[in-house]
Amino acid sequence: MEDISTGMMSRRDLLGAAAGVALISLVPVPADATPDDVKKWVGAAIPGPYQSGKVTISAPPIAENGNTVPIGISVDSPMTDQNYVKTIAVAADGNPLPGVAVIHLSPANGQANVNFRIRLAQTQTITAVAQMSDGTAYAATQLIKVTIGGCGG
Amino acid sequence: MAAVADTISNVQSRLLVPSTATKNQVITIKTLIQHPMYSGFTKDSSGKTIAREIIHSFTCTFNGQPVFAMDLNPAISANPFIEFPVKVDQSGTFEFTWVDDNGATYKNQAQITVS
Repeated sequence: MEDISTGMMSRRDLLGAAAGVALISLVPVPADATPDDVKKWVGAAIPGPYQSGKVTISAPPIAENGNTVPIGISVDSPMTDQNYVKTIAVAADGNPLPGVAVIHLSPANGQANVNFRIRLAQTQTITAVAQMSDGTAYAATQLIKVTIGGCGG
Repeated sequence: MAAVADTISNVQSRLLVPSTATKNQVITIKTLIQHPMYSGFTKDSSGKTIAREIIHSFTCTFNGQPVFAMDLNPAISANPFIEFPVKVDQSGTFEFTWVDDNGATYKNQAQITVS
C-alpha cells in the first residue's frame, strides 16, 4: 500500500513538473516500478542467489536527458566454451516497468561487453545481473541521476 | 482508450561492421534502427495515450548460427542502438533481424572477409 501512495505522489509531482514545461507535448508518466518489482523481474529472468563482482555498469553518473541514456554492461569472463556469460538481465527501479533488456551471449562473442541506450523516467538505480555458463549469477547496481526524465519506461 | 499509433513506415536500419578482420579477432558490431519505440506510457498532443509499439526482439546470426540476441522492453530508447562483440573465425555473412510488436520483421546483412 505504501507503494501506491508514493506512486500517487510522484504522479502529482511529475504532472506538476510537466505543466511547468508546457512546451513538451509528451507528458512523463508516473514511475510505478519498485525495488521489489525489479527483484521479481530479474528473478524470473535469472534465478538467484547473486554474488557481487564481475559485472560492470558503465553509465553517466548524471544523465541530462532521460530519453536516451547510454549504458554499457561488461562482464569479466574468458568467454570460452567452458566458461562464458549466457544471459545478462538489466532492470530499472524508477520506470513504469522494471524490465529493460535481456541479452543472450555465447562463446561466439569473444567478450561480454554490450552497449545500448535506455529511457529513465527519473533518477534511479540500474541493476544488471549476469548468468554464467556454470549457473552462477553476479549482480551490480548503479545509480543514475536524471535531470530531465525520459518519456515512459 | 489508447489511440492507434500512426503507421510506422520506412523503418531503416544502419550497420557498422568491419569489412575485414583477422582470424579469431573480436570485432565490434554497431546497429541502429529507426523506430519510435512507443512505450505505451506516452501521450500524443491531444492527450490520448499512444499504444505500445516497440521492437521487442533483436537477433544476429553469422553464417546461419546465432551469435547475439536481445529482448527489448519499452525502456529501450527510440531508434534502438545496440553494440556488441563477435569473435570471427571465418569469412561470412551477418544477418540482423528486428521484430516489431505489430508482427513486422526488419532485416539487414553485412559481409566480412576474414584472413
